[in-house]
Amino acid sequence: MWYLCVFYHRLLDYRKAEVESLAELFRVFGDDDGDNKESSSLKWRLPQHHHPDSPFHFVNLPSEDFARNIANRSILVKGIYELWGEGSSYEELEESIRCYPDERKLPYLDSGSTFKITVDCFGKVISFQEQNDRIKGLAYIPFKGRANLRNPDHNFWLMETDDYGTNNGLPPVVQRRIFFGREVGGADRKLLPTYQLKSRTYLGPTAMDAEIAFLMANQALATPGKLVYDPFVGTGSILIAAAHFGAMTMGADIDIRVVRDGRGPDCNVWSNFKQYGLPMPIALLRADNNLPPWRPGLKEIFDAIICDPPYGVRAGGRKSGGRKLLKGTVDPYTVPDDKRTDHIPSTAAYSLVECVHDLLDLAARMIVMGGRLVFFYPVLREDDYVEDHHYPEHPCFKLIAASEQILSSRYSRVLLTMVKIGPYTEEIAEAAQLKHIEFRENHLKWLEDGNLHSAVFSPADPQIAAAGDSSLSREPKPKYRGKYV
Amino acid sequence: MRLLTHNMLSSNIKGVANGFPLRIEVEKVVEKKVDLNADFLRNIFPKIEWKAFAEAARTLGYAELPEDADSSFLDSDDFLDKFHHALLELHLEEGALICPETGRRFPVNKGIPNMLLHEDEV
Repeated sequence: MWYLCVFYHRLLDYRKAEVESLAELFRVFGDDDGDNKESSSLKWRLPQHHHPDSPFHFVNLPSEDFARNIANRSILVKGIYELWGEGSSYEELEESIRCYPDERKLPYLDSGSTFKITVDCFGKVISFQEQNDRIKGLAYIPFKGRANLRNPDHNFWLMETDDYGTNNGLPPVVQRRIFFGREVGGADRKLLPTYQLKSRTYLGPTAMDAEIAFLMANQALATPGKLVYDPFVGTGSILIAAAHFGAMTMGADIDIRVVRDGRGPDCNVWSNFKQYGLPMPIALLRADNNLPPWRPGLKEIFDAIICDPPYGVRAGGRKSGGRKLLKGTVDPYTVPDDKRTDHIPSTAAYSLVECVHDLLDLAARMIVMGGRLVFFYPVLREDDYVEDHHYPEHPCFKLIAASEQILSSRYSRVLLTMVKIGPYTEEIAEAAQLKHIEFRENHLKWLEDGNLHSAVFSPADPQIAAAGDSSLSREPKPKYRGKYV
Repeated sequence: MRLLTHNMLSSNIKGVANGFPLRIEVEKVVEKKVDLNADFLRNIFPKIEWKAFAEAARTLGYAELPEDADSSFLDSDDFLDKFHHALLELHLEEGALICPETGRRFPVNKGIPNMLLHEDEV
C-alpha cells in the first residue's frame, strides 16, 4: 500500500536512506537470506511536479505495522500517513476524500474515539484563524468522536504546498497541492534535546552531534542483541546512540587519556552512558587501528562498525610508529630496558588513505556477513563534486547509501553505508597486508597524498581561481533557507 | 576489562607468533551485575576460544565453568548463567595482560587495557 511519507526539511540526503535502512531492520522484505537482496529496496514516488528534495514522498509498504515501526524509530520522518485524499484545490480534496472507501475511514471516526486535526503548510506560516477555517471546511467528514488536542487516539493532518515564492529554496511549486491523511507514526524528536551535546557531561572536540549519531545507528541497524564497534570511540558519542537502540557496544581509541581517564571519575566515557541510563559498553580499550590487537582467527564478531575516522581537519589521526618514522628513518627507536615500564610510546601521523584502508580491512574481517560498516568520509567540494565521487571500495563490501552533509564551502562529509556481501578470504588478507607494508615504507608520501587538512585550510590555488570561469558554470548545490542542508 | 575482551585480544608485537591467550596478572577484580541477554550469548558463543576463556575465568577466581563446552550446552539455563557471569560480569579493574611469548606487560588500569605497542615493537 502507498503511504504518504513527509520528512523534516533537513539533512536531505539522509532521509530516504534512513527509511530504507529501517525497512531492512524491520524485515519489510521478509527473512531473505541473500538471494533476493537485489530487489530489497522500497518503491518511492514523488507527488506530481515535486522536486526530489521535497519533503513529500509516497512510499510503498506492505502494512501499517511496518509503516508505524519505521516512522517511530526514524529521526527524519515527520510522519507517515494513510492518505485519505489529495487535490489541487479544496473542492478537489473534498471530492477525493469522499471517494476514499468508507471501510477505511469509519473505524477511525467512531464516537468512542478521540481525534485531532493539525494544519500544516510547507514554506509558509498560516494564521490560527486560517487554520481554524480550514478545519471547519472539513465538516463533510463525519467525525463522531470527541476532539482531544493532548492525547488523541487518531491524528489527522491537513498539509498544503503552494506557490508562496521561496518555497524553502525548492523550485516553486507549479501547482498547489493539498493532502489529508491519518498519521500512522512519526519520529520521536524528543530524543534530540535529551541527548543533545550541550548537556553531555564529557565532550571532546569532535563529539558527534546527537541527531547524526542516531542516523548512523539507524544506518547500522543497531538493535538489542547486536554488537557494535567503534574503533575511534573518543568520548563515545556514536556508541551512545547505538546503545540507546539496545545494541551492545565496544570502543577503542589510541588516546588513553580519553578512554581511561576522561576528566575525572564522574566525567568520562562511562559516565556519558550512565547519564542516560544506558548499559555500559562491553569494552573500552586503547588500541591502534593500524595494528589492531585482535587474536589471529578471530573474525565475524561485530554486527556493525560505526565510526567517524579522524580525517585531519578537526582532529588528525595517529598510529604507532613514532618520531623516527616521521623523519623517514627505518630503524625504530629502541626503548631502554629500565624505562620500559612507564614508557609512553610516541605516535606518528596517520593519513586518511591509510586510515580508511585499515578500517575497511578490519571491517571486512570482523563484521558478520550481511553486517554493516557505517562511516564518514570527507570530500573536497572544489573537485567536480556534482559528478560521481570515488568512494573507498572493498571486494567484501557493497555501498548502499552515501549521504552528503556540507560542512563548509571547501569540504563536506559523506556518510557511507556498506553491507558485507563477501567473506574475508586469504587472498584479500594477503593483499591488505602488502598494502599495509607499502604504507609503512612510503609513510611520508602517503602523508602528503592523504592530507586533507592542507587542502581545506590552504588558500585557494590562484591558478584555479584564474581559470575560475569554468567552475562558475558548474551547477551549485541548492541552498535551502539560506543554508545547505 | 571483561573476559570477552580478553578472549578477543592477543599480543601483536612484531615477530610474535603465538600472542594468544594473554596471561592475566590480577590486582583487582570487580563484579558488576548486568542483565542476561540469551540471544547475545548464543551469538557470541561460537566466537569464544573456550579453553582460554575458562582458564581466564579461573585466574579471576571463578572456577564454575566446565573445561570444555559445545553449543549443546546453550540449552541449559544454568550454563547460560555461568557463561554470562564469566563473560560479562567479571571485570579486571587493575592488573595486566602478559604476552605469553615475550613476557611484555600490557597494563590494565581502571578497566582499560592498554594495547599500544612501543616504537621498537611495531
